[in-house]
Amino acid sequence: METLSAGGKIARFFFAWVLLFLIWLMFTSTLALQEVLTGAGVSFIIALPTNRFFTEVQLYRFKPLRLFYVIEYLFVFLWALIVANLDVARRVISPKLPINPGIVSFKTKLTSDFAKMVLANSITLTPGTLSVDIIDDTYYIHWIDVKSLDPEQCKKDIAEQFEKILLKIF
Amino acid sequence: MNDILDIFGMILLLIGGIFLFLGGLGIFRMPDTYNRLQAGTKATTLGGMSVILSVGILEPGWFIKTLVLVIFIALANPISSHALAHANYKRGNKPYLKGGPEYDQYRKVFEPEVKETKDNTTEKVKEEETA
Repeated sequence: METLSAGGKIARFFFAWVLLFLIWLMFTSTLALQEVLTGAGVSFIIALPTNRFFTEVQLYRFKPLRLFYVIEYLFVFLWALIVANLDVARRVISPKLPINPGIVSFKTKLTSDFAKMVLANSITLTPGTLSVDIIDDTYYIHWIDVKSLDPEQCKKDIAEQFEKILLKIF
Repeated sequence: MNDILDIFGMILLLIGGIFLFLGGLGIFRMPDTYNRLQAGTKATTLGGMSVILSVGILEPGWFIKTLVLVIFIALANPISSHALAHANYKRGNKPYLKGGPEYDQYRKVFEPEVKETKDNTTEKVKEEETA
C-alpha cells in the first residue's frame, strides 16, 4: 500500500464522503432538505472511520479517457456474465455432467492491488472459472472444464480479454 | 408504453427465476464444493440481478434503489465465493479431480516439497494412489 500525503488523506476522505452521500441519495431518492442534510451528516460520520477502506488509488491519477475504457470493460464483462450463465446452465442440465475440474495457475502483468481484485472478480463471474487465490502476481483459478495446464494457454483462455482493458485503465 | 415495460419486467423476472433455479440444481448435482460454488455464484449473480432489476422496472419509483442493489450484488458475490473457496482449500477440502492430481496446481503452494521435485511428484502420487 502506498503511503499517502496529508493532501492525499483529505482527498481520500472526501472521496468516501461523496460516495457514501451519493449512495444515500440513491436509496432515499428524494431531494427534500431534511433528508439531504441528514444524509450529508450521516455519511460524514461514517466516512471518518471507514475512509481508508474505500480507495488505495491516488485520486490525481484519474483521467477522463479511463472512463471510456471502464464502460468498454462493463460491456465485455456483462457479455461474459451472460455467457457464463448459459454455460453453467448447459452443464447443470445435461445428464452426463460434462465437467473436468482442476485448479490452474497463471501470472498477470497487472501491478496494483485494486486492478488485481477487479480481474479476480471478473474471472469468478465468467464462464467456468472461480478465483481461489492470488499470491503476488500468480492467480490460482478453479476451472470447471480444464482445457490446458500450460499457464500461457490458461491465461489466454481465461483472462486475456479483461487484462487487456484493465492494463489500459490502471 | 407502460404495458411494454410491465411485460419486459415480467420477462426479466422469469429469466431471473430460471437462472436461480438452475443455480440451485447445480448446487445439488455438482460433485464438490468448488464446482458447487461455480454453479451457485454465477447463476445467483445474474439471476438475482435480473430479479431485482425487474422489481425496479415493475415499480419505477424504486428503480434507482434496485440499481444500487444490483451493483452491490455484482461486487459482493464474487468476493464471497472467493473467500469460501479459499477457506475451503486452506481447511484441507481437496477438489474433485477427474483428470488426476496434476490438475491441482494450487497444491504446491501448501506443500513446498512438491514444488522442488515437480517433475517426479505427479508420478509419485499416482503410484501412491494405485498402491
